[in-house]
Amino acid sequence: MNKRNILLNGIIRENPTFVLLLGMCPTLGTTTSAGNGMGMGLATLFVLICSNLVISCVKNLIPDKVRIPAFIVIIATFVTVLEMCMKAYMPALYASLGLFIPLIVVNCIVLGRAESFAAKHGWFDSLLDGLGTGLGFTLALTLLGAVREFLGSGKIFNLTLFPENYGILIFILAPGAFIALGYLIVLFNQLTRKS
Amino acid sequence: MAKKASTFFNMTLVLTAVCIVAGVVLGAVHRLTEEPVMRAEKAKQEQAVQEVAPDFDNDPLAEQYVCTLYAGTKEEMTLTVFPARQNGVFVGAAVESLTRKGFGGEISVMVGFDADSTIRNYRVLKHAETPGLGSKMEEWFRSDKNRQSILGLHPDKENLNVSKDGGQIDAITAATISSRAFLDAIQNAYRAFIQNPETIKP
Repeated sequence: MNKRNILLNGIIRENPTFVLLLGMCPTLGTTTSAGNGMGMGLATLFVLICSNLVISCVKNLIPDKVRIPAFIVIIATFVTVLEMCMKAYMPALYASLGLFIPLIVVNCIVLGRAESFAAKHGWFDSLLDGLGTGLGFTLALTLLGAVREFLGSGKIFNLTLFPENYGILIFILAPGAFIALGYLIVLFNQLTRKS
Repeated sequence: MAKKASTFFNMTLVLTAVCIVAGVVLGAVHRLTEEPVMRAEKAKQEQAVQEVAPDFDNDPLAEQYVCTLYAGTKEEMTLTVFPARQNGVFVGAAVESLTRKGFGGEISVMVGFDADSTIRNYRVLKHAETPGLGSKMEEWFRSDKNRQSILGLHPDKENLNVSKDGGQIDAITAATISSRAFLDAIQNAYRAFIQNPETIKP
């Protein structure tokens, strides 16, 4: 697989949200607005790149039978580092995402990429894979957040497009997340279908 | 380099090493961020106090004291009061109040009172209410529309309950539980505030 394909793989062909349907809990929970979705996506992107890179570097040192606990400790370390930095330097974003940051540890995308890619490839390919998958996740969450924010409150990135009173409240709530996600998957499949 | 075999010795060694490295990294980052975290939290509190309390020239954060409500019951809670003084005279206070009756659990509100206990301003610090419904409380209870506003009211003279419960405040549309909880937090703040002997009793 060449480098470009590795990068694009995570964004389109194996988009974690639209194709693999992994990490649904943070996807549905944090996308009440485009800004929150993007924040969550970027946080996951950071963890993915770091964990993929480190795991691909130390993969030969880790015996097979204990690789999962070792991976989890590595991932959890990066998530905690991220959480502490966010608390210190971006308190506003931390206030709105706080609950979901620790959950990145158990996000199946992160462990999934570690297991299926980083544990078998070199450090540069793993880094690209983490970047691609993370970007795919970020794009999907930002898009979903933008759709929900627009339909629910008439805003995108806090920019008012129509008065909030005309918004369809359900899109801000959990059921709206499922509905919006479903239609986005339909759209995504339509666009990427091979003719 | 060949993969390490899964012997008991190797597994123990690797897991121990991974955990030690993780611990060291976390310790280092914690040390680096400890101070900014505290500063960010203090700045947030300071800003909230400044926003809700009457103009002051003392340091309310330095004079803060805690006040326990419902002592001995399951409802026991500890609120923090930040007294505001102008030229040494008590002009009011900000109270960091909370309630556990919210739709999504705890709601924390900073409430500012004048010395005669009228509500000056408030700011929601933390909540887990439904976005788009209960989360409207930040704006709702200061809006001039109908009988929504609680600003300028006196918790003892006016009935600070939602109109459904016989009170005089209009609840947030479709979020009565959140509204009740919010007003409960305000009442708690008042209970803590009047325990201060400097307040002007009606």
